[in-house]
Amino acid sequence: MARAVTPRRKALFTMIAWAIGLVIFFPILWTILTSFKTEAQAISDPPVFLFFDWTLENYSVVQERSNYMRFLWNSVIIAGGSTLLGVMIAVPAAWSMAFVPSTRTKDILLWMLSTKMLPAVGVLYPIYLIFIELGLLDTRTGLVIVLMLINLPIIVWMLYTYFKEIPGEILEAARMDGATLKEEILYVLTPMAIPGIASTVLLNFILAWNEAFWTLNLTAAKAAPLTAFIASYSSPEGLFYAKLSAASTMAIAPILILGWFSQKQLVRGLTFGAVK
Amino acid sequence: MSFKSTACAATALTLATAFSASADSHSPTITIATVNNGDMIRMQGYTDEFTEASGIAVEWVTLEENVLRQRVTTDITTNGGQFDIMTIGMYETPIWGKNGWLVPLDGLSDSYDVDDLLPAMSGGLSFDGTLFAAPFYGESSMIMYRTDLMEEAGMEMPDEPTWDFIRDAAAAMTDRDNDINGICLRGKAGWGEGGALITAMSNSFGARWFDEDWNAQFDTEAWANTLTFFKDLMDASGPAGYSTNGFNENLSLFQQGKCGMWIDATVAASFVTNPADSTVADSVGFALAPDAGLGKRANWLWAWALAIPAGTQQKDAAMKFIEWATSKDYIELVAENEGWANVPPGARTSLYENPEYQKVPFAQKTLDSILTADPQNPTVDPVPYVGVQFAAIPEFAGIASEVSQEFSAAYAGQQTVEEALAKAQDITTEAMEAAGY
Repeated sequence: MARAVTPRRKALFTMIAWAIGLVIFFPILWTILTSFKTEAQAISDPPVFLFFDWTLENYSVVQERSNYMRFLWNSVIIAGGSTLLGVMIAVPAAWSMAFVPSTRTKDILLWMLSTKMLPAVGVLYPIYLIFIELGLLDTRTGLVIVLMLINLPIIVWMLYTYFKEIPGEILEAARMDGATLKEEILYVLTPMAIPGIASTVLLNFILAWNEAFWTLNLTAAKAAPLTAFIASYSSPEGLFYAKLSAASTMAIAPILILGWFSQKQLVRGLTFGAVK
Repeated sequence: MSFKSTACAATALTLATAFSASADSHSPTITIATVNNGDMIRMQGYTDEFTEASGIAVEWVTLEENVLRQRVTTDITTNGGQFDIMTIGMYETPIWGKNGWLVPLDGLSDSYDVDDLLPAMSGGLSFDGTLFAAPFYGESSMIMYRTDLMEEAGMEMPDEPTWDFIRDAAAAMTDRDNDINGICLRGKAGWGEGGALITAMSNSFGARWFDEDWNAQFDTEAWANTLTFFKDLMDASGPAGYSTNGFNENLSLFQQGKCGMWIDATVAASFVTNPADSTVADSVGFALAPDAGLGKRANWLWAWALAIPAGTQQKDAAMKFIEWATSKDYIELVAENEGWANVPPGARTSLYENPEYQKVPFAQKTLDSILTADPQNPTVDPVPYVGVQFAAIPEFAGIASEVSQEFSAAYAGQQTVEEALAKAQDITTEAMEAAGY
């Protein structure tokens, strides 16, 4: 039986939730506000919140100095490509682990996850040398492959968790009706796991979009995504916080908009199977 | 369209774009890795003029200083060939030049006038007498101070002050009620942040990182005097939380009128005297960094310079760019368009002989500061290394980062000066022994 929630209690929880939400969102809000200030206003003490002379000058300077669209396009290709490739590999992998597990499946899953525990810098030189040999430095192809490999354990884990919620009997029934393995995965399993796959795709797209170690270390001028765009406005010798904020706002805007429109699918997928 | 077709089409499109080669270009293109600071960004703005004159296209990779350092180090040590020109400093140049990782700049044209480079700069960017990087701009450190606050305190800044004077002046200028700190100095961990200041300061107190046999020297009285003086000075007259303040934090404080004095990079002079950003632009004076009467001042020497990695395929084009960017003509180009106060300073002797540049209020003190720094003989007692605020050996950056963390912990009151120095001694001794010194 559900517990009764009084209006006062509900209002209190709502206020607490809003307060926590605002605290979490505040750094982003502050970055956006700072992007409309002058450099002097950006560092003023006490800080100015809303009442300042709003200016678009920083955006104009950033636009003039950098080829934003090239960075943006690279981010879209790298994040999108690595996510798609990862899902294509992870769906059959997760299927086999969820529906035809072996005695070593749990070990393999743990081993895959353990690769995330190695600090990335520990393998920088080997990967850099491999990239030189293969001619992949400063190419989107190289980054698609690396980011796919980095995020693959998470994709497999997420899909495995979703697939485990799907009754195996349904797949058995499809097999009895004559479905091949390919048809079983493509036409029976995948449509049922769409919410889970959608949230996996979204989450990994965001992870790949924000990845700032490999994207900075394996690119130069041609394949650099938005993380390099932001890094070009950071400086330990000079106060360029307003311009840095403008660049950051431009870099996070696409992913914020994507997250806003897909929040329903994201929440649905992340809570998939949470209540039985 | 079915799900399968849609997925296949999307994947194919994405991967095809990802795998597609970039557009080919017939004109040579050079890729330059550089830092994000005012002078470098200004140079990027004039790139079209270079391309127009030479037919060489330029691609810029601008990164934050520490990211850039990691990025170009990875590339040059693996012969990755991603960059045709790298922006590097005085620390890297002699080490990389010695290792054969850089193209010697011995083919510069007569019109470039290599002898016009300030000897301190060309010396610090050479190895074994060969120039490996051309200075784009150079800097030392000096005192920037508020003339109005100094006057109110009833004191007068000497041209060549001592640390004792700085301590007294800082105490006199401090006004906690009005949020004015007598002095602002870097305390932030990092070999290029607080580590640079305390090393340069230690030189003036007679301290050194290593003796002539590469033994760590943090157990000496000179280092104890340095660190104790710094901490006492900052505790009495510095801003709250100074142990986390670096260049930018102090610049912000000074520009808002909250520092009586600031000892830092000479390049900051143009920021604090710029009325658009600084509230105290019209009341800033300059003086040489202080000494302790031992014959060495607490000023450092640094240059951001352009070098050609040995792995480049565009050596000739890169050389042409370096000749253009570090030439006298480039300085005149900037002066003509943006005024003499905005030209890249500290690289050429002729700049300081120019009557127009001599009118810039901080020009002479910048030159004097650069000239008093001697990277070959940085300390009172002899040392086996080159470099004023660093020792030009590959191990230094790692060791100094750790040591400066210990110092910052002492500034923050998390440990005593004695404990910090003892740890610094252990860290340095261990690292140097492991490196085979």
